Amino acid sequence: MSESEPVAATPPHIEDVEASVERRRAARATRTRLSAVLAPTGVVIALLVLWEAGTRAFGVPVFLLPPPSAIVGAMTKHAPLLAFATGVTTLEILLGFALSIAVGIPLALMIFLWPPFARAVLPLLISSQAMPKVAVAPLLLVWFGFGLVPKVLIAFLIAFFPVVINTAVGLAAIEPEKIHLARSMGLGALDTFLKIRLPDALPAIFAGLKISITLAVVGAVVGEFVGGDAGLGYLLMVANGSMDTQLLFAGIVCLTVLGVALYLVVELAERLLIPRHIIANEPTAGGTF
Amino acid sequence: MTIATTPAPGSSLHLHGLTKVYASRDGAVRALDQVSLSGDLGAFISIVGPSGCGKSTLMMIAAGLMSPSSGVISIDGKRITAPRTDIGIVFQSPVLLEWRTALGNVMLQAEAKRLDKRSAERRARELLAAVGLAGFEDKYPHELSGGMRQRVSICRALIHDPPQLLMDEPFGALDALTRDQLVLDLQRICHERRMGVLFITHSVPEAVFLSDRVIVMTPRPGRIDRVLDIELPRPRTLAMRDTPQFAHYCREIRDLFLARGVLREH
Repeated sequence: MSESEPVAATPPHIEDVEASVERRRAARATRTRLSAVLAPTGVVIALLVLWEAGTRAFGVPVFLLPPPSAIVGAMTKHAPLLAFATGVTTLEILLGFALSIAVGIPLALMIFLWPPFARAVLPLLISSQAMPKVAVAPLLLVWFGFGLVPKVLIAFLIAFFPVVINTAVGLAAIEPEKIHLARSMGLGALDTFLKIRLPDALPAIFAGLKISITLAVVGAVVGEFVGGDAGLGYLLMVANGSMDTQLLFAGIVCLTVLGVALYLVVELAERLLIPRHIIANEPTAGGTF
Repeated sequence: MTIATTPAPGSSLHLHGLTKVYASRDGAVRALDQVSLSGDLGAFISIVGPSGCGKSTLMMIAAGLMSPSSGVISIDGKRITAPRTDIGIVFQSPVLLEWRTALGNVMLQAEAKRLDKRSAERRARELLAAVGLAGFEDKYPHELSGGMRQRVSICRALIHDPPQLLMDEPFGALDALTRDQLVLDLQRICHERRMGVLFITHSVPEAVFLSDRVIVMTPRPGRIDRVLDIELPRPRTLAMRDTPQFAHYCREIRDLFLARGVLREH
């Protein structure tokens, strides 16, 4: 409210007040949406400019820290190579992630449905997570060679744990009243699961899938580090060996973009399956529950 | 409005010698001790008592959702050992599915009962309109106020025309005005459908206002302290709450609570 506003002779009608409140709300919403895009873009551009200017001003050697322009140059120069490597790694990630879902969700179901199984298997699962996957990678190479399989398996080994835990916890975390209600309505066991328990657990399951997809990226790269002959991880090793720091950065950029893209795909699936307002951990949604 | 057909009017619910003891790490907890009561299924029966007196346990047992440690629950001499799916149940919280609209939540009951979808949906819309939710059918629970959510949960409990509603402190979380309105709505619904209610509450005036019979429970372990038949004419009006007769019933219950140490005047 500005201080110079004159005192109205007659108080305004509620309709006019409503219209002005609505106008202000719309303007505020537009500003918020705009700043959600402009603010991060601005920060990134500022950092890139600083980076470019800094490396030039201080004469930093290219093999230590190439300026962004040199990285872009390397990316265009090696575009076919990077595209192929990205394709290989994407395939490994997606297969590892798919395997995580295919194994993780049934495993979580069994853990939820059958407590003795949970007691028997959970300690094993947890120790399997405590074990560093990099340490197992050479073993997988011995067993499965240098091809696609060991990378997929390592991605799976790293990525399946959050799927299992989040699904099992999500299924168990339902309010008891919902189950009482289902029983008193005479809803069958399968219907109770499909209509109530599973949708109730979906936000938790997707929280697990979002962690899982980012871990699958790590797993695939670790696999390629240890024994790859293709893919972005392998490319990073080669670039490192030949001190081609520009290419190293180009590979890191590809991996980052790939990771973010895959995460967004999972998030899109979440938005399609679950109405926006009940998605867990939505930091911008505000608390309605 | 249709009228409940099953079970036959005049059916009666019998709870006989119900005792419930919960096992817990700190030793057994006695929730109910030898609770017996009989009543017409079509009557409005309230159970009032302090927190922890086993009221909710009693409702869970009456719904067939929990079995007593000892004792029997029966309707017309037929023993109940499984959840009673013919009744409608309303909890203190609305227990709505967040991913379903108001209409979708009411329809859950119809889906469970495999009712004809078209006619059930028409009835669901009628019910929602009857409790003042016309135009809110497609809203999700988070878009509704607390009172509206509880109305949706009442509609869900009514769509299959139950002979009896079981309500566990259904208005406990609502503001006083909303509460008054819902109490009046509930009275009208019960009258129109000739439907009985087993109503758990800790509000003495609410129990007296709504009930044919009020059952007062002792603190834990819950026993039946006194049974009061409320002989106020129906339909009951808000003004009736100021009559000496109404005050007399309330005082009788309050005096019991004072005598048992549930309430203390300093």
